[in-house]
Amino acid sequence: MTSLPLPLKAATKLQVRDLNFYYGEFHALKNISLDIGTNMVTAFIGPSGCGKSTLLRTINRMYELYPGQRATGEILLDGKNVLSPRADLFRLRARVGMVFQKPTPFPMSIYENIAFGVRLYEKLSRSDMDDRVEWALQQAALWGEVKAKLGQSGMSLSGGQQQRLCIARAIAVKPEVVLLDEPASALDPISTLKIEELIYELKKNYTLVIVTHNMQQAARVSDYTAFMYLGDMIEFADTNSIFTNPSNKQTEDYITGRYG
Amino acid sequence: MKNTRSEIPDSVLQRQRLLDRVFQGATTVSAILVLLILGGIIISLFVGGWQAITTFGAKFLYTNEWNPVTERFGALVPIYGTLVSSIIALIIAVPISFGIAVFLTEVAPQRLRRPIGTAVELLAAVPSIIYGMWGLFVFAPVMSTYVQPWLQEHFGNLWLVGHLFQGTMMGIGMLPAGIILGIMIIPFICAIMRDVFLTTPKFLKESAYALGATHWEVVWNVVLPYTRVGAVGGVFLGLGRALGETMAITFVIGNTHRFSASLFEPGNTISSTLANEFTEAVGDLHTSALIELGLVLFMITFVVLAVAKFLLFSLESRDGTKT
Amino acid sequence: MAPRPEPSGIDWRYLRRRAVNVISLTFSVLGTLFGLFFLFWILWTTVSYGISAFDLKLFTQSTPAPGNTGGLANAIIGSLIMVGLATAIGTPIGILAGTYLAEFGRKKLLADVIRFINDILLSAPSIIVGLFIYELVVVRIGHFSALAGALALALIMLPVVIRTTEEMLRLVPNTLREAALALGAPRWKMVTGVAYRAALNGIITGVLLSIARIAGETAPLLFTALNNQFWSTDLGQPMANLPVVIFQFAMSPYKEWHTLAWAGAMLITLSVLALSIFARTLLRNARMEQ
Repeated sequence: MTSLPLPLKAATKLQVRDLNFYYGEFHALKNISLDIGTNMVTAFIGPSGCGKSTLLRTINRMYELYPGQRATGEILLDGKNVLSPRADLFRLRARVGMVFQKPTPFPMSIYENIAFGVRLYEKLSRSDMDDRVEWALQQAALWGEVKAKLGQSGMSLSGGQQQRLCIARAIAVKPEVVLLDEPASALDPISTLKIEELIYELKKNYTLVIVTHNMQQAARVSDYTAFMYLGDMIEFADTNSIFTNPSNKQTEDYITGRYG
Repeated sequence: MKNTRSEIPDSVLQRQRLLDRVFQGATTVSAILVLLILGGIIISLFVGGWQAITTFGAKFLYTNEWNPVTERFGALVPIYGTLVSSIIALIIAVPISFGIAVFLTEVAPQRLRRPIGTAVELLAAVPSIIYGMWGLFVFAPVMSTYVQPWLQEHFGNLWLVGHLFQGTMMGIGMLPAGIILGIMIIPFICAIMRDVFLTTPKFLKESAYALGATHWEVVWNVVLPYTRVGAVGGVFLGLGRALGETMAITFVIGNTHRFSASLFEPGNTISSTLANEFTEAVGDLHTSALIELGLVLFMITFVVLAVAKFLLFSLESRDGTKT
Repeated sequence: MAPRPEPSGIDWRYLRRRAVNVISLTFSVLGTLFGLFFLFWILWTTVSYGISAFDLKLFTQSTPAPGNTGGLANAIIGSLIMVGLATAIGTPIGILAGTYLAEFGRKKLLADVIRFINDILLSAPSIIVGLFIYELVVVRIGHFSALAGALALALIMLPVVIRTTEEMLRLVPNTLREAALALGAPRWKMVTGVAYRAALNGIITGVLLSIARIAGETAPLLFTALNNQFWSTDLGQPMANLPVVIFQFAMSPYKEWHTLAWAGAMLITLSVLALSIFARTLLRNARMEQ
């Protein structure tokens, strides 16, 4: 089933065009097209197995780690197709960061966690790196809590702190887009709230795409929402419209909880 | 701080891609080395044994003559010795290993399981030469003073079986070698049996207990059938080790190229023949015959170990655990 | 349907089942005691016989001629040199090969074949490895050498390192890998910077276990490094080593040599056991962390 490309009235950072994704023989994403607006939060929602995480992970080509998974179609980042074989994978991932569902601090100190990504493609002096680490941790609203223990292992933090560390790590390399795959689903409500506040702040400077199974969260944080079902994009509109006045019956059924 | 960053130069990306290829290449080459080693072993054994292979042909495998002076070599005694000592070892090791595995998984109180398990694993860490020395200096006298006379007295006159217990009781020979070998391979078989026993799903055992089954009945009727393939794989692994073992046996096997039905008589195994004769081999044909012996041993152990691995692999793929 | 009436009198079948249970479980306890008994007997023998020759001379004097007293200094050094060299050769190759199996060869047939062969080589007779190196190196050079001995030992340790490296790398969760890649890290950086670090404990214990294994190996040295009565650290010549010295001395008729053999046996056993226990404790901790 085809879906509706929405030319947003605002500037678009990413454009997905006729994206199809296969896990081996299984057709997981069917002709997806949508626009992701610059400096906005776009949410993907839908029941389990609808393909929202799959869609997110095609944007930074994370699927390439696994043989048998492939994508056809185009994803344009500032007009250039990142799915093209000629596009550079490392450059893409330096511009498009990702935060995962389960917090994944590296087995290193907090400082090193952040420095790891930065060191990949930038040569910074010690003091410059210190500044960058501090800046990233501040952006992630974590600096106050860890500034006295930067040398401690990243794994010694609480779950919510670890996730903010991962966000800081992703921000530190100065991406343009940040993908968030159910970033708060493994966290307690207070940490979740902190993450949501963070997302609201971050969108001033970054384009954010978030996958969530929590509809209320999508309603709280996102500007645009895409509803997906079994690999199809059912509806894509600004968050307000989707949640108060969905134009598609399936969307309405999902939103009102008729199925999960 | 600005939020943007300058574009990564192409040269940097090129270098990373190159390093990626170099790294992957290095790992691939190292891994393929394993195959090369196997091929190298087989080829070098064939090449070294070629002279003997072409001189004696198939008769090598069943002729009983090992004479460096007349240059006539037949491997019956070493092959026989390898097989018999390993069988004795299995007869001892399999029930004991099974018992220990049952103990560790069903009987022992939780706090004891780890230390005892570690102690059994330590048996595996003891170098085999220690087994050999202990066998020669400590075990052999015990055998000749107590065990062998007892065996000869009680079984020596039985029809058929009695032939196993004839001869002078010097404490060395096929039986002591087999026993020592058996003790040595217990930890290998036991570790695998314990690991596979632990893969039995709890609910399976619990449903049997809920019906009123005793511990033993659960082991015999639930755990063992479920893990049968893996347990047999463990036995084959122990067999593979026993067949190739050198130092634990060489001290006590007697190193005699004489065929005898009695377990009290000295004999020879392939590996002990190699250990004793190789560095003083008389002439090219002798050396070549010894290498052919090595080839025979390698072939036998390769098949046994491949069967073991195959059995364990099929268990592994069924429930995703590695043994 | 009415519940089954209680049987009157003695329930023989139930008693028999319980008897079978007790007997078999008793056998399992006996079996365990059997195993432990022999372990302690062997260790006790080694230590008690070996202690009598334990003095400073052991470490300062070289192996003596028949009938004289001496030490094991040359053999100890020789073993250390060859085990060290074997470790230096076998560890990097083993870790790289294990990395291939864990990182690049997940679904490939080649990786499956290599894994299968590797596990077989792990248990293959070590004397055959000695024979192989004899054909490959000793015959070429023309004489026995410590280098050949180290190579044989490296071949024996290789499968162990490969297997533990692969196993420990597989325990590293994929999300950690993805997190590194998502930052733009190239594959090799992800493996060396993140995956290795996460699996470090386990990989090190794999190396330690393989060292414990080769420290006691005799058979592969018989045809490669052989032995040397005198002090020598020349890699191109035969070198003394503890296992072969023990073998030769124990099989000889000289009492002084027997004593030294026991001392050597005690040295090897204690070192190997200490290393094994240490390594296995580390390994258990590493497995539990993951």
